[in-house]
This record gives sequence, C-alpha cells and structure tokens, in this order.
Amino acid sequence: MEKPTPYIRADLLRRRYRAEKRFRLYGVVAIFLASAILITLLGAIAFSSIPAFTHTYIGLDFDLQAGDMTENIEDNNWHAILRKALYQQFPEVKTRRDKRMLGKLLSIGAADRLAHKFAANPSFVGQKVQVYLPASDDFDLFIKGAIDRTLPESDRLLSDKQIAWIDKLRAQARVKRQFASHVFLAGDSREPELAGIKGALIGSLLTMFVTLLFSLPIGIMAAIYLQEIAPKNRFTDLIEVNINNLAAVPSIVFGLLGLAVFINFFQLPRSTPLVGGLVLALMTLPVIIIAARAALASVPPSIREAALGVGASRLQVILHHILPLALPGILTGTIIGIARAAGETAPLLMVGMLAFIVDKPANITDKATVLPAQIYIWANNPERAFESLTSAAIIILLVFLLFMNATAIGLRKRYQKRW
Amino acid sequence: MTETDKTVKTHKTPEAEDRVKIKARRVNVFYGAAQALFDIDLDMRLNQVTALIGPSGCGKSTFLRCLNRMNDVIDGCRVEGDIYMDNQNVYDETLDVVELRARIGMVFQKPNPFPKSIYDNVAYGPRIHGMTQNKEQLDHIVKKSLRRAGLWDEVKDRLSDTGSGLSGGQQQRLCIARAIAVNPEVLLMDEPCSALDPVATAVIENLIHELRQRYTIVIVTHSMHQAARVSQKTAYFHLGELIEYGDTSDIFTRPQHEQTEAYISGKIG
Ligand SMILES: Nc1ncnc2c1ncn2[C@@H]1O[C@H](COP(=O)(O)OP(=O)(O)OP(=O)(O)O)[C@@H](O)[C@H]1O
Ligand SMILES: [Mg+2]
Repeated sequence: MEKPTPYIRADLLRRRYRAEKRFRLYGVVAIFLASAILITLLGAIAFSSIPAFTHTYIGLDFDLQAGDMTENIEDNNWHAILRKALYQQFPEVKTRRDKRMLGKLLSIGAADRLAHKFAANPSFVGQKVQVYLPASDDFDLFIKGAIDRTLPESDRLLSDKQIAWIDKLRAQARVKRQFASHVFLAGDSREPELAGIKGALIGSLLTMFVTLLFSLPIGIMAAIYLQEIAPKNRFTDLIEVNINNLAAVPSIVFGLLGLAVFINFFQLPRSTPLVGGLVLALMTLPVIIIAARAALASVPPSIREAALGVGASRLQVILHHILPLALPGILTGTIIGIARAAGETAPLLMVGMLAFIVDKPANITDKATVLPAQIYIWANNPERAFESLTSAAIIILLVFLLFMNATAIGLRKRYQKRW
Repeated sequence: MTETDKTVKTHKTPEAEDRVKIKARRVNVFYGAAQALFDIDLDMRLNQVTALIGPSGCGKSTFLRCLNRMNDVIDGCRVEGDIYMDNQNVYDETLDVVELRARIGMVFQKPNPFPKSIYDNVAYGPRIHGMTQNKEQLDHIVKKSLRRAGLWDEVKDRLSDTGSGLSGGQQQRLCIARAIAVNPEVLLMDEPCSALDPVATAVIENLIHELRQRYTIVIVTHSMHQAARVSQKTAYFHLGELIEYGDTSDIFTRPQHEQTEAYISGKIG
C-alpha cells in the first residue's frame, strides 16, 4: 500500500519549530530587559529612600516640678528647659561657643516635640522621665554613616567636638533610630528632619477631587453627545479632530491657559487645589472624552437595536443599556487620565502650586502644593538629608499611582460583561 | 380608506380578515450609493402571516427593518417611498418612532439579548412602557411570555442568570419572549427558528399560529417548509426586487415566475 504524502515536509516542519523557538526567545529577552531596567530604576530609588524612613533620636532626662511650670503647659519656655537638660548631660561643656555647637545636635523642632510630649502626658511633671527627641539632620546623617569621621574637620558637617559628644551619647545608649513618622504626618519644612509629605498628599487628593468633579461629568456628557446623539457632519468632525489634538497638547500650555482664564479673568485664588484641579481638569478632559467615546463605541450595535426594537427612546437606550456597558471602560480611561494628571508638575507651575507651603491644606481654597511639585522642591534643596526624602516622596507618589491604576484594572475586571 | 376602517381595529369582523394592516408602496432603500431594494409594493394583512423568502442578500431583512424604521439608526441608509400602517404613514415626520416600535415588535436575525438577567430581558419592555402596576403583574407577563416562547421550563429556576449565558437557540426564544411581552400589534420575525431544533421550532410555529389570531406577522425564513406551514401569503425577493407575491398555497404549487420555481424547488439560493 502506498504511504500517504504528509502535508508538511519534515525539514519544513523542523524549520518552523526552530523559528517559533527563536521567536519565543526574543520575547523572553525583551521582557527580561524591560523588567531589568524597571527593577534597577525602582530599586535605586527605593534604596536611596530607605534612610528617610528612619530618624535618629536622643534620649534626655527631665525632672520638672509642678511649682516651676505655668498653668498652660505649652506656654513654658521649652527651649530653655531643653537646653538645661542637654547641658546637664555635658557638664564639661563651658564656653558659649561650645554650648551653641552642642545645641546644634538637636533638631530645631525638638523643643516643640518636648512641649507636645508633656502636654500629652501631664503625669510627666513631678517625675523623672527620659524623653527621646529628634536629632539634627547632621547628627542623623552621621548615625546613618553618611559623614566620614576620617575626613579633615573642615570638610565635615560635624566638628571633632560634636563627634566626641555623639560618641559619648552613644556610649550611654541615649541614641536610637526610630521609624520617622513625620515623613508621613508632617507638612513641608526647611528642616529635613521635620519635613513630611502629608501636606502635599492632601493637596494632591484635593486637586484630584476637583479635577474629577469637573472632568468626569463634562467628559461623559461630551462623549455621549458626540458618539450617540450628534449628527455626523463637518462640524462634529472638526470638534473630534480638535479633541484629539487637545490630548496631544503639552501640559504646560494648559497651565498658561489656567493662569489667563482662572486666575487673571475669574480671579480665583492662586496656589490652591481649586485652580490646580481646574487646570488639570482641562488637561484630562480630552483623555476622558476619547476613552469614553471608545468605550461607548465598543458597545455592540445589536444591543442598541434590541432596545430600540422594544420601543425604548434614545435616552432610555443610552441610560439603560449603553452607559452601564460602557461605564467600566469610561472609568478605566478616567482613572488613567487622573493618574497622569496626578503626576503633572508643569501646568501647576503656572498657577503657583510649585511653592513652599508649610500648612496642610484643609479645603480646596487653601494654599497647597502637590506630590510631584513637592518632589521637585525637595530635589532642588541643597541639604544632603533632602536627597533621601526626595526618593521617599517619589516612592510614595509611585505607590499612589500604582494604587490608582490597580483600581482601574480592578474595575475593568469586575464590571466587564460579555455579550 | 375611511373613518370606519380605523374603528374596526379592535373588533374582529369577517371583513377584517382581509384588511391590510401594513402597506408598502414604491419602497427603495439605499446603503450609501448601493441600492438594496427596488420599488417594493407589498401589503401585509391583519391576522395573516406573510412570509418573505428569497436567496441570501436579496433584501428580506432590509425590507423588514423598513417597517419599524430600524434602518433609521444605520448610518448611510436611506429609505424612499411610503409605508402605511393603519393608513398612517410610518415615515411621516410627525410620527413618534418610539411609539411605532412599541406597536411593531421585532425579533432580529441574530439573537441579541441584553447583558442583563433573563427576567430583566423580558420585563424591560413592559417596564419602560408602564404596562404594569406591580411586581405580580410583571411576573405574570414575564412568565407568560417565556412560556409562549417555549423557554419557561428551561429557565424558570434561573431567571436571574444573565441572558447572554443561554445557548444560541435559547437566546433566540428569549428574544421572541421579549418581543411579545410588550404585546405589539405587528410582529416582525427575522429567521426566528434558524438556531432551533425541530421541537422548539414547532413551539414557535404554534406560537405564530396563536398570535396570528390577534396580530399581523411578517416572517423571514429560509425554510420552504416553514413558509408553507405558517404563512398565508408569501413574497419572493430576488436581488432587491419583489418577484412574486400571492397566497402561499399558490406560490408553492404553481409559481408564476421561473425564478420563484427554481428557488422553491432548490435550484438557486
Ligand atoms: N448595514 C448595511 N450596510 C451596507 N449594506 C448593507 C447593510 N445591510 C445590508 N446591506 C446590503 O443590502 C443587501 C440586502 O441585505 P439584507 O440583509 O436585507 O439581506 P437578506 O435578504 O436579509 O439576507 P440573509 O438571508 O442572508 O439574511 C445586501 O446586499 C447587503 O450587502
Ligand atoms: Mg437577513
């Protein structure tokens, strides 16, 4: 019996398998390179941010008597109390100059911290207590190994004497590194050991809130009108082209527009989440419209026909059928647009949100800054300790964005329907 | 036609047997520049089933969609000519299309259930038209419609499952139930049995017989047997033209045109 001829010759088959293998290898290499670059980048930032999350604290002894204190415990001269406790620790320090140098080992915020501690624990008065207070940033850098004691004295941030005092404090086990909660709980400050991300984080959230409030409803309405209701003619074509162009406009241009319109014309307050949010809403609007239109267009026409066929009006078709089906897509697009806006600095520069603002904003008309602007400000700061703080802020911003994107993916997965 | 004609609408009288419910005159349809239908004149009578037959692409669905103006929503589709329902021009500017579509139910060629629950699929029409006062009445309509479409026994335990999770043939019956739930005067069915087994087909054909007592039915079918079984009138379309129209018994026993004969005897199409 004759053997049937195979459809594919053996050598061709082998070559095809080899080609497939090679192709898969290219894919693996590409993935590997991409993730290696990403991991290096993130790893470098994360590594340099580590020091910012801990801070050095010095334990000092206090023995305050009720008779010496004022009625309102915060009204006391805590600076003096603090100095006294510190000098007691170092009886050998006598000259004014040395005392000043000794004082520099503590953070400027130490007295405030002390006052808070005592206000929070009234029972401390009349008792011998040890309180841990933040060290200065130079002290902290030294503990973290960023200051080399073998360098000549003039090249160091700390003098020989200061290093000797630090060694003494360490010998007495009065130095400890702790989680630096101020990074998350404080507003901005000129002192790195007091500066925190919270002000900028609240500013970012308020700004995003304003952005969402304006861009989502307007974007959805515009998309519905353009996609479902507007007649297809020259005019709507023109609008469509313009929206697509707007999405590609450099973001700083929106800042200029915001400056001219919202601040100069409408007289809205500068440097506030209100103005910043409006500017970012302008920037996000085309992104949302495009995403929403794509989502609406992806609803199969058979669903429309089905609804029209049982006598639904156009509005009912949109509200009952098309919008619910398009919503996951619209929300995904919106969150991605908002996440992009959350990482923007340039347009906010124009409306004064790139500013040193100590107070945490409480509402959308308070002066505020945002996370990326905060990063920029800290990165510009010459003090060494701001370096790690900048990295920490970048990590926090990335976590923030990651969270938003994860939400987008989650929403899409959860509400995606099949038809 | 006169005033009296309109009053007959609800009363079934012997004369009404032959009364024309929908009348199409010189209907031309264009998709962009391409013409899909040429000068169609066709009457569809009350209490009769009119079957549209013809080879694929000859314009049966297009004609059907003209009747309830579903072609309005297709970009680039243009309809010329006049279609009257109860003497009212369907293409009249002042006519409310939404109401028209509520009066003319449609079962589409491709099953298109809403991505909602089975219950909501059927209940949607009655809900938006405010046909019921309470949940019991709605439940009743849903149950009755599903039962008439021969789907009730299969889905009664999972009414809250999504409609798109049903099999192709079940979806088709769900769409039929959805269309009859709003109690339309005219029912347009575009190949309603294309995905059904013989048993389910028989259920639908019985339904058509039953509905005919009250409604006007236009059905597109590729099955000559089905056309012969369910319809009283048959129209044969070819390349966008109406070739032959007449009593079903005549068309199938002594067709006047060669093309018709060739088609029904299986030589073309
Ligand atoms: N939306 C559309 N756009 C452009 N041309 C269309 C459209 N719908 C139908 N046509 C064309 O109109 C003609 C008639 O189509 P129609 O769908 O009415 O055919 P049919 O008789 O229903 O065919 P079938 O039996 O395959 O369903 C075909 O040539 C088709 O290509
Ligand atoms: Mg068809």
